[in-house]
Amino acid sequence: MTEKSSLEISVGLFMVIGLLSLTYLAVKLGDIGVFADDTYSLNARFVSSSGLTEGAFVEVGGVRVGTVQDIKVDYESYESIVEMSLDPNIKLQDDAIASIRTSGIIGDKFVKIAPGGSELYLEAGDEILETESSISIEELISKYIFESGDTD
Amino acid sequence: MIGLRSPLISLGRTSISALEELGRMGIFFTVAVRQVFARPWELGLILQQLRFVGARSVIVIAVAGAFVGMVVALQFYDVLVRFGSVSLLGSAVGWSLVRELGPVITALIVIGRAGSATCAEIGIMRTDNQIDALECMAIDPYRYLIFPRFVAFLIAVPLLTAVFNVVGIFGGWFVSVAVFKVSQGAYFQSMADTVLLNDLAMGVSKSLVFSVLIVWICTGKGFLMNLNKGMVFGAEGVSRATTDAVVAASISVLFADYIVSALML
Repeated sequence: MTEKSSLEISVGLFMVIGLLSLTYLAVKLGDIGVFADDTYSLNARFVSSSGLTEGAFVEVGGVRVGTVQDIKVDYESYESIVEMSLDPNIKLQDDAIASIRTSGIIGDKFVKIAPGGSELYLEAGDEILETESSISIEELISKYIFESGDTD
Repeated sequence: MIGLRSPLISLGRTSISALEELGRMGIFFTVAVRQVFARPWELGLILQQLRFVGARSVIVIAVAGAFVGMVVALQFYDVLVRFGSVSLLGSAVGWSLVRELGPVITALIVIGRAGSATCAEIGIMRTDNQIDALECMAIDPYRYLIFPRFVAFLIAVPLLTAVFNVVGIFGGWFVSVAVFKVSQGAYFQSMADTVLLNDLAMGVSKSLVFSVLIVWICTGKGFLMNLNKGMVFGAEGVSRATTDAVVAASISVLFADYIVSALML
């Protein structure tokens, strides 16, 4: 009897430890919220979202308030439509400006949102109209070279 | 003429016997997996195997995980400090553990600790004709010996991998935060930012694939020991089968690691 129950206890203990570790990893790293944090989504349309990836951060005032959910191309205008999910406590005005920035020189791209001054607030599913596309260092350099050649 | 032909003959013999071996292992696998449908499952035997493979491996896995996490943190610290990006230490440790080191090292430890023992145990049963005795009593050895081990490895290896990862992350935490004074928030935040659900899924699928490979090769080599190439029986046969099993299992784990990584990246 004791032999049998000690077998079950040790296996049970092992399963508990293993499953706890797995949940720890999933919750801590995999971002599976047990209490799914509610977010709302906003879209933004960029001429180019080059370098931005799904899961990139959205920052307001330098603080992370959400992530990029999805990046699609608009089949008609060839622009990129970026869907972001944001903390519902953050209310953004309809003239807020979304721009794609790089953290550091070679860091990841993220979306920076600068608040606007309007009294109208964006609601879930709305689109941020004012955007700035990602700045490519290569393009800047070639522009600089091209323009300086031109003026000579 | 004979001198010219003999290398060819031995090459042919080796390939044919390798092919036979592969075929036997394939048949063994199908028969073993078919036991899924043989109800009821031998829960008592599965529990016993789970204790042997899982519960008794936790300590060694945890110790190994702690040291691997610590050494990964140490090595990455040395590299990252040159670029002034020590805040990325957490993501380096988390990523390498969850995606690569956790599944692979756990699998290698399980091969060494449980796989070799399983192979030797079944091999000895074979040399002592215990397996034939089971068959005489109309007890299906696949159902009583092999299948419980398949289930136990399949459950135990992913859980052990998870334990390894968690202990490794805290081992890395110890070196980063307690020894090198990296900020605790940076360590965990950068880890949570880089390691996504995809990476976790990759780690778990790796450990599932590895567990099947380990249990298949280790039980199969022991079970089919009497059919081995040199027809060596007894103690020498068991030792040869166990060596073969450990080598083959380790190599196939590392090979499968590359395949799964390539498929899931």
